[in-house]
Amino acid sequence: MIQNREELLQVRETAGKALDSYDCRILVCSGTGCIATGSEKIYEKFLEICKDAPGVVLEFAPHDKDAHVGIKKTGCQGICELGPLVRIQKGDEVIQYTKVQVSDCEEIFERSVKDNEVLEHLLYKQKGVSYKKPEEIPFIAKQTRLVLENCGKVDAESLDEYIACGGFKALEKAIFDMTEDQIIDEVDRSGLRGRGGGGFPAGKKWKQVARQKEKTRYVVCNGDEGDPGAFMDGSVMEGDPYRLIEGMMIAAYAVKAADGYIYVRAEYPMSVKRLRHAIAELESRGLLGDNILGTDFCFHMHINRGAGAFVCGEGSALTASIEGNRGMPRVKPPRTVEKGLWERPTVLNNVETFANVPKIVLNGADWYRSIGTEGSPGTKTFSLTGAIENTGLIEVPMGTTLREIIFDIGGGLKGGGNFKAVQIGGPSGGCLTEEHLDVPLDFDSVKKFGAIVGSGGLVVMDEHTCMVEVARFFMSFTQRESCGKCVPCREGTKRMLEILEKIVAGKGELEDLDRLQELAQMVKSMALCGLGKSAPLPVLSTLRLFRDEYVEHIVDHKCRAKVCEAMKRYVINPEFCKGCSKCAKNCPVGAITGQIKKCYHIDPNICIHCGACKENCAFDAIYVED
Amino acid sequence: MLDQSYYQKVDEIIACYGRKSSSLIPIMQDIQEAYRYLPGELLTYVAEQIGITEAKAYSVATFYENFSFEAKGKYVIKVCDGTACHVRKSMPVLEALYKKLGLSKKKRTTDDMMFTVETVSCLGACGLAPTMMVNEEVHPRMTPEKAEELIDILRGGGTV
Repeated sequence: MIQNREELLQVRETAGKALDSYDCRILVCSGTGCIATGSEKIYEKFLEICKDAPGVVLEFAPHDKDAHVGIKKTGCQGICELGPLVRIQKGDEVIQYTKVQVSDCEEIFERSVKDNEVLEHLLYKQKGVSYKKPEEIPFIAKQTRLVLENCGKVDAESLDEYIACGGFKALEKAIFDMTEDQIIDEVDRSGLRGRGGGGFPAGKKWKQVARQKEKTRYVVCNGDEGDPGAFMDGSVMEGDPYRLIEGMMIAAYAVKAADGYIYVRAEYPMSVKRLRHAIAELESRGLLGDNILGTDFCFHMHINRGAGAFVCGEGSALTASIEGNRGMPRVKPPRTVEKGLWERPTVLNNVETFANVPKIVLNGADWYRSIGTEGSPGTKTFSLTGAIENTGLIEVPMGTTLREIIFDIGGGLKGGGNFKAVQIGGPSGGCLTEEHLDVPLDFDSVKKFGAIVGSGGLVVMDEHTCMVEVARFFMSFTQRESCGKCVPCREGTKRMLEILEKIVAGKGELEDLDRLQELAQMVKSMALCGLGKSAPLPVLSTLRLFRDEYVEHIVDHKCRAKVCEAMKRYVINPEFCKGCSKCAKNCPVGAITGQIKKCYHIDPNICIHCGACKENCAFDAIYVED
Repeated sequence: MLDQSYYQKVDEIIACYGRKSSSLIPIMQDIQEAYRYLPGELLTYVAEQIGITEAKAYSVATFYENFSFEAKGKYVIKVCDGTACHVRKSMPVLEALYKKLGLSKKKRTTDDMMFTVETVSCLGACGLAPTMMVNEEVHPRMTPEKAEELIDILRGGGTV
């Protein structure tokens, strides 16, 4: 039990010593990505090897054996593409191994753990150069990791390790050395803006909650990271759960809230597991519950799992869902800060926002303001995916340019393709193109170009991506996720989707583009909540930047990215066709005609692009013309 | 009529979360976890036990995509169609599964109750796109061929 400040200091000292006593730590990445590529089996294999190795102890405790080896499950080490990832740490020396297989474990243990050799074939390689230390890898070297600081370095499940690495120092400072107003003021002066998308200043929210007459208040964390193509918050929840909880505790202390809720989306079972474990651990050690650290600060934490509704990422829908209702947004005002969960004043921030708080309290607002831009201080995590060489989780200072992110960190386009656009902000965001490559990215600059930073999904697209199809894809997503409460969103997204489907199917008319534009403007200005208001952004953005592609689909029946099925033409190559008539027999609509032993012909006006002919041709004579 | 054991199980679940209206969603989640679907009779029972109307319980259950009133297969396969997976060609994977199992958007579960195929909007493993999830396990870098092989392995009683 940690019952007061002295005991916390003691635990930190003991845990620090224990952490230093390791001769070697084997850090196995246990992010969702690496688990998918089999990192759990690697973790178990290392346990098995070390368990029977003479002179090796595994426990987190003082010992008299020759070697103290720790095998740890860490949060996301970042380069998800090359998983499973393993780091071998001896003091300050760290080796990063990539694509580790169970069969490699024995060799790693013999040569890199017991000995000090480096296994060349498991190192990260780029353009012929091998990198040993993680911080030298270009993908990681160019990042600034504050929120993700512990991810990949610290055992995600161990409270002692978190405390040993400075965990709960910020809470300690907040409770014992600062007043509530000073905490709120510090967060306010830091300029921390909500990382969930809107970018509303967090300090302002806290101030408004603290000012309310009603004394029952709540702190709620939005972990319903629903944007397809975004996994930053999930990585924080599963990689450094204690940091998130510490941030929420500081918020709760500052606004005098006694209960906190984390709303985690259903598709993140690992986040739920790690958070549950962290909360149970904190409760058993006395850091959560009544009279925390011997003060009169009481705080209880609860986890709510989402049930598969994207709209629950919207504040009022999220609180409705926690209350056990349909997750539908309501008209505002009153705002969440006045009437949030159970109609009480509520601090509602997202995962990354809370995870920033401990550092701000500890190092001060001025330090935080020295990172990032004037209007958007601090860093931002992005999930970098799509047609890019290095996919993964990154964190960079606000104001970093797209060029730095895509080419320096991301290693450029996959397979040397040509950059076409990057989709930012998911279904609520828009596209940025070549001309925006050198713009410093922050909340305000991105907004100017009709996109939003959103939660931070960056999906890179090359010439093989059809922008019309992308717009259709996002619209089908928001249309499906529209809760149906307000007419502009319920009907508007449906009609927009119909038009987009029509264009993709090759049946569009030029007037459709005007209709689309008009509908999009209408929904944007009239929908009830953020989901509806931002749903048309992908359409507006692609219409503005890639209008020629829309026109090409409609007028020339051509999809330059060769994606849209309806634009494809099946053609028979007379050089290979033997005139066997098999294709004609297989065609379900009778589009193929010809004479035996002479080249057959496909009538494009009848053809339904099912591909049955191509699949069944014994001579590979049928191809798709783009 | 459901067996009495179902109601006992539900009583246990209700005891975990308490008899209050805000427990509805977690209770339904646990029931679904236990039986792979949400039997209508049990929902009626839960509503009565936690003091809400049956209509309210149904309105909530039907709002969220995760709740299903129909029994699902032994293996629930969720093909990710998030942005990252979509641009890295996740639809051919879904098509291959549909074809292999004789399923479609309308018919999601095989008659032998072995497989249910659904789509999901993001599994959070975008770095390894395209992905899919079989029960709780995420499978990275899928191709139509790999998906078909996986079905054969699962059918043969193998684990993956």
